[in-house]
Order: sequence, then structure tokens, then C-alpha cells
Amino acid sequence: MSEVFDVLIDQPFFEGMTEEQVQAVAETARLVTFEEGAVMFVEGGPARRTYLILDGDVALSLRTQEHGAKTIQTLHRGDFVGWSWMYPPYRWSFDANVRSEVTALQFDGPLLKKASLADPELGYELLRRFTEVIVTRMQALRIQLLDVYSTFR
Amino acid sequence: MSPVPCRVLSVEQELQDTYTLEIEPPRDDWSFLPGQYTMLYAFGIGEIPISISGDPDDSTKIVQTIRAVGAVSDALVALQPGDSIGVRGPFGTAWGTKAAEGRDVLIVAGGVGLAPLRPVVYDVLNHRARYENVTLMYGARSPADLLFASQISEWRGRFDLEVLVTVDHGDDAWRGPVGVVTSLIGRSSFDGDTAMAFVCGPEVMMRFTIQALERGGLTDDRLYVSMERNMKCGVGLCGHCQLGRFFLCKDGPVMTCAQMAGSCWIREV
Repeated sequence: MSEVFDVLIDQPFFEGMTEEQVQAVAETARLVTFEEGAVMFVEGGPARRTYLILDGDVALSLRTQEHGAKTIQTLHRGDFVGWSWMYPPYRWSFDANVRSEVTALQFDGPLLKKASLADPELGYELLRRFTEVIVTRMQALRIQLLDVYSTFR
Repeated sequence: MSPVPCRVLSVEQELQDTYTLEIEPPRDDWSFLPGQYTMLYAFGIGEIPISISGDPDDSTKIVQTIRAVGAVSDALVALQPGDSIGVRGPFGTAWGTKAAEGRDVLIVAGGVGLAPLRPVVYDVLNHRARYENVTLMYGARSPADLLFASQISEWRGRFDLEVLVTVDHGDDAWRGPVGVVTSLIGRSSFDGDTAMAFVCGPEVMMRFTIQALERGGLTDDRLYVSMERNMKCGVGLCGHCQLGRFFLCKDGPVMTCAQMAGSCWIREV
């Protein structure tokens, strides 16, 4: 088994998947590092990858004319970065900037899709896990939108 | 039960609208348990419940952190050292720090919800050997809204306390996490089968925190929350603070989710 497999099998995200399934995912991934200050991707760019952070911090930001770059959320060890590879038009919706040196697994989106189509059980397992992450993140953003700590007088 | 006139020892501004008062206790043997509150009376204006935010092992002063959001709280934070303030209490239930001994402890605070939890932090640190891993997770609106910021920095320097802080909206100088407090739960290490959690903040924040902690394996008998209602008498007589079958002034404010049996999910109560 590969180094990537050894890393993947210990990740909580893949807990409960068979070794064969994890191996199939490992074949779509490689280990990458990003220096502090590096740009992982920029809004509007072609989205063909997703990252699982093994170490380090990433800031997702949106740029507006009025406020410049505004950090929407930060992501850390164990978090996935980037969903835009899953659905058309396959363009990043945010900028992703490296806050502190990142070691990550970079997954090739089209290859991951191909593996999922070849093994629908794997595809289901991946989609179930990705959906849980997306739903949790969406709920968090909704609370953020509520601005629950503000004072109403 | 009448308010006892006490002397204000000091007033310190914590945030734009939040102040900490140190008050001379009404008696030498005055003490409180973490989670309890007093009724503070601004003479001639009114009385409100305020959680105690000080060290339960320090009986020389009553420490209360007040957010100025109305007529009474505005009057309380305008007091000066030497002024008189009316005090009743302490009232209410305590955080389950005794029950947490021998376990991992998760302290989850949102906004000024850190004030009622600060006595827990003091208590746990005063008796640190009694607990396993202790994590403080704190979420605020922005870096400028972080309560007790310098103390949080001190706590961060300790090796026996994990401190995780996030803000909903960062600014250019903020290098820490941006996101809601629930996002910190997955980043802390705890044994979900035995850990105990103390949660305080806006109710919506507490509801989502409870869900996140349940996903982490905690059961409702190990999840403590501090509920807020319109407390008036402090002794369970007037009924203003009713929540389901409870009067929060005496049955609360601190309760386990098991005790509440889902009351925090019922909109009508």
C-alpha cells in the first residue's frame, strides 16, 4: 500500500470504509505542501481538485469592491477545502489562502468521480460523507449569518 | 428578601458595552458556586439577575460582568467605586464541576456567555489535578468583542488547558480561526463516552453546540447549559422565569439537557 493510503486510512473521514475503497481513493490523491501565504486557488479559477488538510490553516475569502478581501471561514486539520469540483460550472467560489504552512492530500476531482462511477458503493460512501461535511458547514454559516452575539436594544 | 446595600469596589470596562464590577460582599462568609447569580439592584431604577464571573475561591469580592442593554444595566455600569449597589443572593444552581471530576471537561462559551463560565475555569484550574483534559472553546462576534481577552491569552500560555478561540467575522489583524464556535468542537480532543460539557451563550448557539457535542458522543446527562429567562424574585415565587415545569431562578439557570428533557427545542416555552 502507498504512503497516501497509510495517511488516508487514519483519517476520521474515511472511517468505516473498506481497505479496497480507501485504496481506490488513494489512487486519486497525492501529498502536497503549501508555504504560508501561498494561494491554493482563486475565485473563478477552474476547480478540478479538493484538499484534505493534514496540517496547517487555510482562509477562505471573498473579495468585494467595498471591503476588499474578507475572510469568510478558516479551515484546519481534518477539514476538506473545495467543493466546486463536484458540480458545474467547476469554478472556485472563493479564494483559498494559506495562513500557516499546509500539508494536505490533493484529490483529483475527475478521477474521484471516475472511481465513484466504477464502484457505486464507493461513490455512495463518498457522497454521504461529503454531504455531511457540506451540511455541517452550511448550518455553521447560517448561525454566522444570524449574528447571534450582536446587541439588540 | 431585601437587597443588601454593598459598596462597589471597582468598575472595569471590558468591551464597548460590557463592564465588570467588583463588589464588597454583604457578609464575611459570603460565597457562591460557579454558575450562580445575584440580583443586582440599581437603587431607584430596578433589579436584574447577573451571573457571577469571579473566582469561587476568592471570598473577598463579588465579581459580576454586565452588558449594558437596558435601563437597569445602564445604571449599574455607570456606578463608580464607593457607590452603593443592592445585592440579593447568590441564587440558582451550579455547573456540575463536582460530577466532572475524573473526566475530560469541555467549556463552550459564546459572546458574553463566557462570564458565567469563567468561575468554572477558575474552579477547574484551582483544582486542576481532579480533571483530565480541559478545553475552553470560545466564540465571539469579532476580535473586538472577545471578553476577558488578556486573561484568555494568559490561559493560552498554560500547558494544562487547551484554549480555542474563533470569531464570526475577522478583521485584517486577526490571525485566528474564523467561523462559529461549533466548528471548534471537532478540533478538540476529548473522550466522548465520559466527557462533560458546560455550555453558555445565546440559545441558538447552545442548541447547535448541543447537537455538535452529541455527534461527538456526549449524552444529555453530561451536557450542562445555562438558560436565561426573565428572573424577578430569585426564589421561585413570581413565575416570571418559568421554562416548562421549571422556574429557572431556582431550578436553574444551570441545568443538564437531560433535566430539561428537550425544553430548549420547544419554541412555546
